[in-house]
Amino acid sequence: MLDHIDLTKLIFGRLTWEAIPYHEPILIGTFIMVALGGIALLAAITKFRLWGPLWRDWITSIDHKKIGIMYMILGLVMLLRGFSDALMMRAQQAISFGDNAGFLPPHHYDQIFTAHGVIMIFFVAMPFVTGLMNYVVPLQIGARDVAFPFLNNFSFWMTTFGAGLVMASLFVGEFARTGWLAYPPLSGILYSPDVGVDYYIWALQVAGVGTLLSGVNLIVTIVKMRAPGMEMMKMPVFTWTALCTNVLIVATFPVLTAALAMLSVDRLFGTNFFTNDLGGNAMMYVNLIWIWGHPEVYILVLPVFGVYSEIVSTFCGKRLFGYTSMVYATIVITILSYLVWLHHFFTMGSGASVNSFFGITTMIISIPTGAKIFNWLFTMYRGRIRFELPMMWTVAFMLTFVIGGMTGVMLAVPPADFVLHNSLFLIAHFHNVIIGGVVFGVFAAINYWFPKAFGYKLDPFWGKCSFWFWVVGFWTAFAPLYVLGFLGVTRRMSHFEDPSLQIWFQIAALGAVLIALGIGSMLIQFVVSFLRREQLRDVSGDPWGGRTLEWSTSSPPPDYNFAFTPRVYEGDTWADMKKQGYKRPLQGFNDIHMPKNTAAGFIIAALAAALGFGVIWHMWLLVIVSFVAMMAAIIIHTFNYKRDYYIPAEQVVRTEDARTRMLESHV
Amino acid sequence: MLALPLVLLAGCNSVVLNPSGDIANQQAHLIIVSTLLMLLIIVPVICLIVFFAWRYRKGNTAAKYDPDWDHSTQLELVIWGAPLLIIIALGLITWISTHTLDPYRPLDRIDDSRPISPASQPLTIQVVALDWKWLFIYPEQGIATVNELATPVDVPIRFKITASSVMNSFYIPALAGQIYAMPSMETTLNAVLNAPGEFEGFSANYSGAGFSHMRFKYHGMDMNDFERWVAEAKANGETLDRATYLQLEKPSENEPVHHYAKVTPELFHAIVNRCVAPGTVCMDKMMAEDMKRNAVAQAHEAHEE
Repeated sequence: MLDHIDLTKLIFGRLTWEAIPYHEPILIGTFIMVALGGIALLAAITKFRLWGPLWRDWITSIDHKKIGIMYMILGLVMLLRGFSDALMMRAQQAISFGDNAGFLPPHHYDQIFTAHGVIMIFFVAMPFVTGLMNYVVPLQIGARDVAFPFLNNFSFWMTTFGAGLVMASLFVGEFARTGWLAYPPLSGILYSPDVGVDYYIWALQVAGVGTLLSGVNLIVTIVKMRAPGMEMMKMPVFTWTALCTNVLIVATFPVLTAALAMLSVDRLFGTNFFTNDLGGNAMMYVNLIWIWGHPEVYILVLPVFGVYSEIVSTFCGKRLFGYTSMVYATIVITILSYLVWLHHFFTMGSGASVNSFFGITTMIISIPTGAKIFNWLFTMYRGRIRFELPMMWTVAFMLTFVIGGMTGVMLAVPPADFVLHNSLFLIAHFHNVIIGGVVFGVFAAINYWFPKAFGYKLDPFWGKCSFWFWVVGFWTAFAPLYVLGFLGVTRRMSHFEDPSLQIWFQIAALGAVLIALGIGSMLIQFVVSFLRREQLRDVSGDPWGGRTLEWSTSSPPPDYNFAFTPRVYEGDTWADMKKQGYKRPLQGFNDIHMPKNTAAGFIIAALAAALGFGVIWHMWLLVIVSFVAMMAAIIIHTFNYKRDYYIPAEQVVRTEDARTRMLESHV
Repeated sequence: MLALPLVLLAGCNSVVLNPSGDIANQQAHLIIVSTLLMLLIIVPVICLIVFFAWRYRKGNTAAKYDPDWDHSTQLELVIWGAPLLIIIALGLITWISTHTLDPYRPLDRIDDSRPISPASQPLTIQVVALDWKWLFIYPEQGIATVNELATPVDVPIRFKITASSVMNSFYIPALAGQIYAMPSMETTLNAVLNAPGEFEGFSANYSGAGFSHMRFKYHGMDMNDFERWVAEAKANGETLDRATYLQLEKPSENEPVHHYAKVTPELFHAIVNRCVAPGTVCMDKMMAEDMKRNAVAQAHEAHEE
């Protein structure tokens, strides 16, 4: 029996030298850049002896603030990757007309648009909003960490290793050529026999576990760990939107996991959930993926609605208009987001009554969303608006997002959708709401909370450069796509015949270049801010005149966030405390009980990624070994009783005294 | 903001907003009506955002500052009420238009001035999306074509649509909105063309490597020309039987236009039910037999009890 087993096959599965794309100059170039950059980074870490601190203070850290920052770094790195894909697509479409086939054959182009979508949603937008929630929510509710600090570290590493699998597909094998939702039958084994779809499935499965657990974690944190006196209706709006988002995550991500698991067993074991034959039904997959996929849109946008609410009220120096209606609008959106999924496939032959139902529920969502816009608008009314960067992003968002909302409602009218579905109009619409909503919001949030996280503000000059390049670049890139939609141009094309369309694609490509300058300016902004950090220093802990509890801490906050748990009497707690003449307590400090760092999250997530890699390549030995090792690591971790420690009172006194001196020296 | 004038500019010669078929025309009309309806609220909101941002800037100390003003019941009513009214109007339009423009619904007019009886027989065309080309079967004329479609103008057409392998979407912007072409499923589109001409048709849903070139020319012609076109196809001589279809079904790109003089009867039914290849059982037959067996088994069980 045993001599039938081919050892090479057992170890390497279907991985051969053929899978290394050394015949693709673009990929070789990328690989050399990544390798050189990687070697330089590793050398720098070694030279400055940073391996120890990196491992102790970051990789194994369970501090929600550090994990939040690491999520933001992950989002930023993946943004660069996802945006390179966007640049290549824009370049290809701008030149690939008539006899010119462009520089990307369909085999490569189709991977790029798939990777672009997957990366931007799962590994840019998701880490960004999760990072923000991780950093800000515990501070806003007066907590010292999240409810399950170890789980938080584990969630982060699962997300990161999921991203790692997508990146690995660049240089080992290839990525899916199916579009970002991998509809069967195209994603089935018959029409996508190679490893691309498997990379897709396992990257999302590994990252999905992380997202789900972080959702559970934040719900429990918000429900159970608010400071005394903070009733639900006194929570900051950002915390409210974070709560609703995480409810959505916990309710919908299992659907994604189940749908991908079924697709996976179809591919691996020849079952027939979504195949054409033997009773399989691809429509079932399309339904399931959108039952996850539509709430996902709100998972991304709700937290940034919270961000805008915080920023508007801070920079207008005013209480948020209509707090209660804002909260109820958020809850209504949360519930309605489950009732609209079919609007993604009106054109798949449902009857008129089904289509009308889902069209109308979709339009109804625009009512609470519109109410939110009005609430921000009337917060500005009779305010004293300071146009710092976060507020500039917010105004740009409001102006951009209403257009995106309008085109969204147009698409919600089923007969109109029949002509606009899958067109570049649709592409323009969802970039209009995701860039104009989510991305602008994330940038507003980065500029807003950066001084809290690092102790100095971001440089406004480069921030403004980034802002104008992004906003102008966005409209230059996507207004032509709206037009092209009306000219009957459909998405995911790698070549065109009609030369009259080319000018629009060239304008769009120019827009992408402007956005590239915007991203470049933002990177320069980080570097310049770091170099000028002494001039930009925030000693007060409250650089913007903030209204919520995170601004009552020092910038950056101490490990334990709050030496004393604050007592909450009003919404806009910190604004209320300042008004009542709050005095920082200077004595009476106790030992503080804190959770302890652990390497378990990193190790288990790494083993999970190895398991995924094994399944992708049918390396069954690796699958077995990494599965057993993962189980062992989980069991060993449960026997780890050294999970906490005390920060001694003397150290708290030292930290708090340092802050007192700093505040006094800058009165 | 920038988009609007551009969109208006492009609308003048856009195939989507200025099509040649009655259904597409009504869909374009609907886009314009719903846009105008929404602009009723979008335009004031945009103006207010700009105005408030300017008026209440920090430098303008003349403007009133009211830091604790955060509620107004009247305003809340307007905020929730105005969008609600617009959505009620739009919802009504949606309900009605979705039913009247339902692709399954037989046409009741040629255009806005020429009603017809819903009982009148349309021209049936069977559409099969293949990797990566389009097959059109004309069961009444007994011909078939690859990557070329022709119909007479002002005659209602009923497309019966399916696919051989993966999902595509059948879309002729000048004629009517798209409908997916999906394997082992059949969808329907009723439409009518009102002006002769040559139009573009294509797949609007990504279907793999050859997707970009999965396009065909759609010719609208008057009845005489159409009959001549059919006769030409018939003169060609080739037959589309099951064996030819299985050859044709294999993936290919940039397939040239091709006509078949004869088509094996029931070919479309066999494609939908995935039983073109010899020795395969049709899906509908298998399901009918499964049901029969289940019924027998259930009757048997009931008897045992």
